[in-house]
Amino acid sequence: MKEYYHSVTLRKDKCRGCTNCIKRCPTEAIRVRDGKARIIAERCIDCGECIRVCPYHAKVAVTDPLSSIERFRYRIALPAPTLYGQFKDMVDPNAILIALKKIGFDYVYEVARGADYVTAFVKEALKDPQRKRPFISSACPAIVRLIQVRFPELIDNIVDVDSPMEIAAQLARMEFCEKCGVKPEDVGVFFITPCAAKMTSIRNPVGRKKSSVDGAISIQEIYGPLYNQLSKLKDEEVVQIASPFGVGWANSGGACASLGIDSYLAVDGIQNVIRVLEEIEDEKLTDLEYFEGLACPGGCVGGPLTVENGFVAKNRIRKLAEKARGKPVPEDALQAVAPKIQWRFSEKILPKPVMKLDDDIVEAMKKMETIKRIYETLPGLDCGSCGSPSCRTLAEDIVRGYASEMDCIFKLREKVKQLAQEMIVLSEKIPGGRKETERQE
Amino acid sequence: MKDGYYSIEQVFRIKAWDFASAGEASSQIKKILKQLGIDPALTRRVTIAAYEAEMNLIIHSVGGEMRLKVTPQSIIVTAEDRGPGIPDIALAMQEGYSTAPEIARELGFGAGMGLPNIKRCADRLNIQSSVGKGTLLEMYFDIKAG
Ligand SMILES: Nc1ncnc2c1ncn2[C@@H]1O[C@H](COP(=O)(O)OP(=O)(O)O)[C@@H](O)[C@H]1O
Ligand code: SF4
Ligand code: SF4
Ligand SMILES: [Mg+2]
Repeated sequence: MKEYYHSVTLRKDKCRGCTNCIKRCPTEAIRVRDGKARIIAERCIDCGECIRVCPYHAKVAVTDPLSSIERFRYRIALPAPTLYGQFKDMVDPNAILIALKKIGFDYVYEVARGADYVTAFVKEALKDPQRKRPFISSACPAIVRLIQVRFPELIDNIVDVDSPMEIAAQLARMEFCEKCGVKPEDVGVFFITPCAAKMTSIRNPVGRKKSSVDGAISIQEIYGPLYNQLSKLKDEEVVQIASPFGVGWANSGGACASLGIDSYLAVDGIQNVIRVLEEIEDEKLTDLEYFEGLACPGGCVGGPLTVENGFVAKNRIRKLAEKARGKPVPEDALQAVAPKIQWRFSEKILPKPVMKLDDDIVEAMKKMETIKRIYETLPGLDCGSCGSPSCRTLAEDIVRGYASEMDCIFKLREKVKQLAQEMIVLSEKIPGGRKETERQE
Repeated sequence: MKDGYYSIEQVFRIKAWDFASAGEASSQIKKILKQLGIDPALTRRVTIAAYEAEMNLIIHSVGGEMRLKVTPQSIIVTAEDRGPGIPDIALAMQEGYSTAPEIARELGFGAGMGLPNIKRCADRLNIQSSVGKGTLLEMYFDIKAG
């Protein structure tokens, strides 16, 4: 049950059964059956591509309502740096943080500051010559899950430093409890999220047993209340402490820039990331030191739960980052917190080979032969009318027992024609049938 | 048919100088092996070797065929072409030896590491070549039980 929690879900009432989403899903996780889309839970990586492409808004990301923070006596907000780029007129990030405090949070801690810590930890990890190259960033959970499903051979390349969100959550709780003398269990920590994948990672983390975050509220949900507060703010305390590098993590390439290494590659958009991962898997990018892959176009600024156009937001983040007040995490500060938090993955990331046809190789081979045979009889148009993303996947679905050949409208038409023909032949044989009548005339 | 003898085969035609489809056969091979549930590390070795062999057919030969054969115990990839053949196999096997033409080098090929890479990846390798007739490359990979 827990294994397959997903933030991305279908609103059946809104789904019209079109083929937009099935074609775009990077793990071929969606099928249309009986006129409605269905997500195959084992395959979904919560990348949000289907949310972006659905014209009827039938694909949604389930996040927590703002009111859910009331479960806790004390509440901490963890805004993703992406939030800073959502407001017109270049609103100072500090003002956004203060506004969060006005709408019900007792404390704010920037995930961008968490990113500063991650940068420092990853710099340490990069010094180890034993580790597999290239390092693959663990920041985007959709990409980590993509690797589990489609690139299991690259699991050991994923840098085992946890995400800025997890690190920020631990630091925030620690700081707040120390400052205010409250018990950690009375404090709820909420991530302000641009994406579904992070929500899924809170409920069902990869690389750690339990998330340090208690819930996630989407940027879309919090935008209105924040916006209302922003206009009312006077001169306020300064709480913005992340460095320009940490803020820059919202944009694709931000993580690489903060590491200060030469041989890196930053790629955004899930299909682009897949292309590069194929090359890394085939050892074609041998001199690469670090790879940052982000599922959304432009990086987290293009997340499915944002408000502002991702390209505009990206530009804004670039300018806002320059003005960020903080400095990178100094060595002694890093050494001081490292023993107090869990910054490294504690659990092994396991492959999820959902593409494989059978656990038994002979059975898998037999299924593959059958798929090939069926595929050769299909029209090869990849039209999607059958509800599977391509003729090839329909053939696979038939063999896996999820579909039948008659789901193909061309096959169905052939069959109907053939049946009609048979009907004519039969009707001719019936006494009093057409032939008989003709003869009588 | 006894399970031990069950096998599947897939043939790919490779055209000389067809850079537009370069790598397609080896990426198909990778996909097939992933679907069969072959161990990821082994899949990687087969894919790398297949890619090098495919590129050699594209760059150095007049064209030919690649063949993937999978049995429960082994994976065999062969690359067979119709010429021009390799005059000195031992020399061709040396790291850094390459006769790749300038245009191929400009595209980033011709480091002379293809055949040595294939040797490193395959569990066993067999090359036969005769000048004017063609080259046959047979790459064997063992599937370990478990
Ligand atoms: N199929 C082939 N037909 C003819 N010659 C070949 C073939 N494959 C390899 N060779 C020869 O062997 C040399 C070394 O091959 P390889 O190690 O793959 O390096 P590269 O392809 O970079 O030149 C090639 O430059 C070419 O002279
Ligand atoms: S979230 Fe991504 S992986 Fe999941 S069904 Fe949608 S497109 Fe597919
Ligand atoms: S790129 Fe950022 S916003 Fe998009 S899925 Fe990954 S972590 Fe979430
Ligand atoms: Mg070569």
